Amino acid sequence: MKRDSATDPFDLAVETGETPWALETKGMSVDYGAFRAVKDLTMGFEKRQVTAIIGPSGCGKSTALRAFNRMNDLIPGCRTEGQVLFHGADVYAPEVDPVRVRRWIGMVFQKPNPFPKSVRENILWGARINGYSGDEEELVEGSLRQAALWDEVKDKLDKSALALSGGQQQRLCIARAVAVKPEILLMDEPTSALDPISTSRIEDLLEELKARYTIIIVTHNMQQAGRVSDRTAFMLLGDLIEYAPTKELFLNPKDERTENYISGRFG
Amino acid sequence: MSAAKSRAATDARGDGSFLPNLGKRQAYGRRWAAAFAAATIAAVLVLGALVASIVNDAFGLVAMEYTVDPATLAPGGDIEKLSDAELVAALEGNLKSRRLRALGNEKPLAERERADLLALVEDEVIGWEVVETFSLAESLLGRAKVDAFMAAEHPEAKLVFRSWVNARFLGSSQSATAIDAGVRSALIGTLMTILITVATAFPIGIAAAIWLEEYAKDNRWNRFIRVNIYNLAGVPSIIYGMLGLAIFVRALEPITSGAAFGAVADPTGANGRTILSAGLTLALLVLPVIIINAQEAFRAVPRTLRESGYAVGATKWQVVWHHVLPASFDRVLTGAIVAVSRAIGETAPLVVVGASTFLTQDPTSVFSKFTTLPIQIYQWTARPQEDFHNIAAAAILVLLVLMLSLNAFAIILRNRLRAKKRFA
Repeated sequence: MKRDSATDPFDLAVETGETPWALETKGMSVDYGAFRAVKDLTMGFEKRQVTAIIGPSGCGKSTALRAFNRMNDLIPGCRTEGQVLFHGADVYAPEVDPVRVRRWIGMVFQKPNPFPKSVRENILWGARINGYSGDEEELVEGSLRQAALWDEVKDKLDKSALALSGGQQQRLCIARAVAVKPEILLMDEPTSALDPISTSRIEDLLEELKARYTIIIVTHNMQQAGRVSDRTAFMLLGDLIEYAPTKELFLNPKDERTENYISGRFG
Repeated sequence: MSAAKSRAATDARGDGSFLPNLGKRQAYGRRWAAAFAAATIAAVLVLGALVASIVNDAFGLVAMEYTVDPATLAPGGDIEKLSDAELVAALEGNLKSRRLRALGNEKPLAERERADLLALVEDEVIGWEVVETFSLAESLLGRAKVDAFMAAEHPEAKLVFRSWVNARFLGSSQSATAIDAGVRSALIGTLMTILITVATAFPIGIAAAIWLEEYAKDNRWNRFIRVNIYNLAGVPSIIYGMLGLAIFVRALEPITSGAAFGAVADPTGANGRTILSAGLTLALLVLPVIIINAQEAFRAVPRTLRESGYAVGATKWQVVWHHVLPASFDRVLTGAIVAVSRAIGETAPLVVVGASTFLTQDPTSVFSKFTTLPIQIYQWTARPQEDFHNIAAAAILVLLVLMLSLNAFAIILRNRLRAKKRFA
């Protein structure tokens, strides 16, 4: 099955399909073997907003996030049902190649995981394999500036990325993700391995990034969700309990379980 | 309040159910440490004994007798000091006229190289013959005993110290007399065989490991294959010899003998018992080990590295090629090289495949008959004559040096790849 980007139905949908949501799930369930980690999730993510998914450990928030760009396909025994609609096209439709999906829906992980290559190569690799034909220097500088990292690394672009500090590495991972010009950035607890100063730099960065990208962030840290997100979803045991504008959810939770969680009674 | 105070006091001392035992625990640990050290010492001693016994045989005094006393040819018997003309004269003066004519027909004496002339004088005129050999220990520590023995048994013989590993040993082929025999054909045979093994087992093994580890689905069939590769790694090597005999020597004879390519190098007919068959048999032998090693190396690549590749829209192949392979190649390669360096020492499968036991010609192509160092060693040690045991020890030293240099190469390569990986 050889399909060019221009004729691929999924890419075509990305180009032409317009929906009110950046990403929308309909009855999405994720199973690990016999265990249902995410149950019948139906929700939409607003364009160019930061949406936080919070909940206690094991509530399925990371699993749900990884289902949005088919990252779960890499885990043996993991099955997804239902639909995830991107520009109206289901990313789980049988004819869709998950590689195409991930090119539009990028991801930043819990632990900074730059490639063991130079800073420059970290940015360029993803762009090159996706057929980037523009100016490479421009892309490197532009991506690093978007990740607020340019000033710190502009003199060591050819040094190994592993020589950077943890916070810098994580911002490099963000730069790497935006270098392929995605529409959505999924962030799986991006600051949980970082110190408070690096964390606050990344939180500030999210504010700038949302001008260009739709951001979905999974976090353990309720204060962080409160600080960075426009909308917040609370998940518990695989169920979506409450989904509302962040202020509303924190100040006026409708569900008792949400209230218990945000007031620190469990979790 | 007093209750709380008394509880705090008991907590500090323990409530009496914890007995003081640190001294005992530490002593226990020290006993184990001593046992581990003893095991290490035992291993080192055994290895030391092995090396010592080989060196003991590879060097030592040799009693030699001659047909013509070298002292009559040159002052002090040192024929190295003779000029080329004098060497020719010595040959003409001592050899039978028929032998001289034969030599002259090959190449006139006057046109021969000096080294050639020296060898001729040594072999044909003086005619050295080993009558007795002594081990290194006897030569160094029991010299008086050696001298007494020599005076009683061989008063005519000349006693010289000989290193059985020498340039001539490395440069000459098999011969009926130990002093003339060398390992050249076996060494070339070993190197060519291993080259074929490496050229086939490396790519096939690494490719199979990539498929099994990265591509194969986790179903019953693939689990069955995986388990059996592990089992194959434990199959005795002689069984691989039988397999090689059946497949390469018999079934694929037209290919392994070179007949299919019209390239039968050996008119006497190797019948498929060629270097190619031997190399492929050893490749079968090391294949499971290389696959397992490589699989483990790939498995050690952290999932986060793969995910970071997929997350920017890479295909599986791009992740494998750009990330998994570079991150694991040092391990894959060292595992494979260590497996091959074990294969160099394999004897049993090659005996079954049909190594030649007496080969005086160097192999000229992969379709030649072959012998290898371990086969040569095996064959020499099986001989009753003392001096063949000496050259067997010398050949073992050559084999050990070959293996050690291969292992050293593996280590250097790994370190260089690691350094590169760290910077990348």
